[in-house]
Amino acid sequence: MGLAKRIIPCLDVTAGRVVKGVNFVGLRDAGDPVEIARRYDDQGADELTFLDITASSDDRDLILHIIEAVAAQVFIPFTVGGGVRSVNDVRRLLNAGADKVSINTAAVQNPQLVADASGRYGAQCIVVAIDAKRVPGTVPLRWEVFTHGGRKATGIDALEWGRRMQALGAGEILLTSMDRDGTRVGFDLELTRAFSDMLEIPVIASGGVGDLAHLADGVLHGRADAVLAASIFHYGEYTVTQAKAFMAGKGIEVRL
Amino acid sequence: MIAVIDYGMGNLRSVSKAIEHVAPTADVRVTDDPSVVRAAGRVVFPGQGAMPDCMRELRGRGLYEAVIDAARDKPFLGICIGLQMLFDRSEEGDTPGLGVLPGRVRRFAHDLAGSRGEKLKVPHMGWNQVEQRIAHPLWRGIATNARFYFVHSYFPEPADAGLTAAVSHYPDAFACAAARDNLFAVQFHPEKSAAAGLQLLANFTTWTPALRRDTRPA
Repeated sequence: MGLAKRIIPCLDVTAGRVVKGVNFVGLRDAGDPVEIARRYDDQGADELTFLDITASSDDRDLILHIIEAVAAQVFIPFTVGGGVRSVNDVRRLLNAGADKVSINTAAVQNPQLVADASGRYGAQCIVVAIDAKRVPGTVPLRWEVFTHGGRKATGIDALEWGRRMQALGAGEILLTSMDRDGTRVGFDLELTRAFSDMLEIPVIASGGVGDLAHLADGVLHGRADAVLAASIFHYGEYTVTQAKAFMAGKGIEVRL
Repeated sequence: MIAVIDYGMGNLRSVSKAIEHVAPTADVRVTDDPSVVRAAGRVVFPGQGAMPDCMRELRGRGLYEAVIDAARDKPFLGICIGLQMLFDRSEEGDTPGLGVLPGRVRRFAHDLAGSRGEKLKVPHMGWNQVEQRIAHPLWRGIATNARFYFVHSYFPEPADAGLTAAVSHYPDAFACAAARDNLFAVQFHPEKSAAAGLQLLANFTTWTPALRRDTRPA
């Protein structure tokens, strides 16, 4: 017995509210981040990730109020990402109560940001999010890094980028397959395994989960250290508790 | 009053909020003022980041002596780097610690493998089991092998095995909690460990340790 594989529900927030219709029975306010976070904590979620999808920079600071409220009432680790551009952004999110900050587009624009933030606050709180898309017809398989929510190609090889982020001080990689995101057909297991085998830091698999078997596959075949999912939990199809029971039944060590 | 020592190394809100959550009437103060630490009835010594930076900040803020004094005779809880700094020395930047507890802090090896040959990542990040090695008031209401949240690349190696209050496995056993007299220190994060962690913090807020023999009044 030892370290458990983690299950991480991911919540999109904008202007202080959780969006994408989280659907829990008996929830008084379907958009209240604290109430939703508490529900997931009760179900046994190992961590939470909040992704700030606020379009207007004017409303960006509203995430700070969410973080403060969640940190005062929910006592499991949580990561905040979305629109993080500077060490000062990292500082403000951590001071508000976030345990980890996830950096995506800004890492590509300025890789030194990862080194600076990690050097200042420690690798344990710096997650680098990588959105990767398969390059068609390559042998061996190759993936390209995309930014701006998957809209912008960078020409950067994803595996090479992962190695570089680890070297610069990332404590963890949140790896999303842009081919699978939203498809509900399962993780890109080749991508997940390639990253997990290559890196010394933990890898969180993301993108494509449609049922509980996909979560187990991410660990058993993708060798992920943690699995992240949104819709299968939000719409009440499955609870985190059910997901853990399923994974335990497959021989995966989980926190029950 | 419970002092949560702040030496400028990041987020202490979760520690203070968790203590306020389990002890709503407690006066919890996040402080970098040595006189507040000296006046406190209980002291929490948290930490994150790199130990060389933590030790430098501690000295720079004049907290070094106040922490050592508090560790001598007050109910004292070290968390994560707060545990590591209590020992003599850390491999992280080859940094001298406070020397309150005998022993060293070492880094996990780079080529760790689990029982099925799978690669074990560093940092050791996530929920691991905490196997209690001694009976202690801070374990009250917490089952042995309960899971707590860890995130660290270095771990303590007490010179005296009697200091080990609990071990975890990654893959080998390492001390994840140390206890002596009024001191209790944990490598995991109770403030992030859901019900088990809150129970430990609640236990700390009511703990009345016996005084050390050499500090008892004659």
